[in-house]
Amino acid sequence: MSFMGFSKVVLKNLFTGPVTERYPFVPKVYPQGARGSVNIELEKCIFCGICQKKCPTAAIAVTKEPKSWEIDRLRCISCNYCVEVCPKKCLALDTKYAPVSTARSKDMFKAVQSAG
Amino acid sequence: MSERTIIPFGPQHPVLPEPIHLDLVVEDEKVIEAIPSIGFIHRGLERLVEKKDYVDYVYVAERICGICSFIHGLTYCMAIEELMKVQVPDRAQYLRIIWSELSRIHSHLLWLGLTADSFGFESMFMQSWRLREQILDIIEETTGGRVIFGSAKIGGVRRDISSVKMDEIMKKMNVYRKDIAQLCEQFMKDQTVKHRMQGVGLLSRADAISLGAVGPMLRGSGIAQDIRSTGYSGYDRIGFTPVTETAGDCYARCMVRMREMDASFVMIEQCVGKMTDGPIEVKVTGNPAGEFFMRSEQPRGEAIYYAKANGTKFLSRLRVRTPTFANIPPLLATLAGCQLADVPVIVLTIDPCISCAER
Repeated sequence: MSFMGFSKVVLKNLFTGPVTERYPFVPKVYPQGARGSVNIELEKCIFCGICQKKCPTAAIAVTKEPKSWEIDRLRCISCNYCVEVCPKKCLALDTKYAPVSTARSKDMFKAVQSAG
Repeated sequence: MSERTIIPFGPQHPVLPEPIHLDLVVEDEKVIEAIPSIGFIHRGLERLVEKKDYVDYVYVAERICGICSFIHGLTYCMAIEELMKVQVPDRAQYLRIIWSELSRIHSHLLWLGLTADSFGFESMFMQSWRLREQILDIIEETTGGRVIFGSAKIGGVRRDISSVKMDEIMKKMNVYRKDIAQLCEQFMKDQTVKHRMQGVGLLSRADAISLGAVGPMLRGSGIAQDIRSTGYSGYDRIGFTPVTETAGDCYARCMVRMREMDASFVMIEQCVGKMTDGPIEVKVTGNPAGEFFMRSEQPRGEAIYYAKANGTKFLSRLRVRTPTFANIPPLLATLAGCQLADVPVIVLTIDPCISCAER
């Protein structure tokens, strides 16, 4: 009977566990290569500003003096463009998303000035 | 003759995922005429070409639509590539087809859920979205994004899929193909579904042509027009025949989409079989000049991108004609004369994507 066709699916679902992940009891595993949030290795950075120039949403601000690298997480669209153009390969996309925030703020990274 | 009343349908309505407003002129329960008004979510994305350079605009083009995002970005890239006379490597073209077809499958599964939900078949909605989630997982593994792929680029693609990964995906896809086919069969053979869809929202072959219907709306009325058959982006290298149905009702349009999903799986399989190692992009230098019309087949139908460039890094004009916009006149023709209770089903069978239509 055609109107009973869906009962197969119903029976199958009755004997299999839930499809959804039991987050937060089971940690979320992000696939390798997922585009999450941008991270910087400040030691390698030469503060050339190419990432700032190329960023399509103008989320990145770089200053040479004092040496700082700043990102507005709410503007960033995790497009990976800055990572591609970085000449020193100091930028990388983490697979995890940036944590939620209640206020519009920027993440500032400042280079530690070496003595002398 | 009974009195005429106007019933507003939308912009906020339980079956509508996005805002479109229709004034339904009804006599008793019969719809006499539908008067549309759009423009609730116009974002002015076409004008942004004046502020974003032609490379950056790929990101904006992808965000024109939240569902067929990849094909929007791809069509824009192809238009610029034609202007700059760039030949995209073979491997990149196959990857583009794979992602295009994956986005077609996930879009059709989303549509199936929404359509089933429009007449109260909520368990079908959940089942089809469960399957869609698995397709989204494949997309996330290969491109890094679930809905915004971000992998289209002028001159090629941004990411490659390794052969190991490809084998893994193909194994999963074979299972998903069977699951989706089973679900489609259950949906299409259901008595209630047939009752609600057969003979409802009829669009004749002549009307489909004269009103400019596109995509499954056109193919459901028996016209074998699919832009993929023009062979853009390497579609000419894989066997492709447009899927058509002749009834022209809601059921026929559903059937077209169901069969298209299966055809997409076949196309992905062919691409994987024919793909050879090689570069995935070519370096693009200089600025575009001239004008070009690019057409592509999105899950909802034919999209047209018109790009006009003046030799600087900013385009002087970009015009996008999206499939939902083209399908609004045929929708109004099918609504005239239908029952009020059938309006949600008919609206959903054009697979409306309003953010696309209003840009």
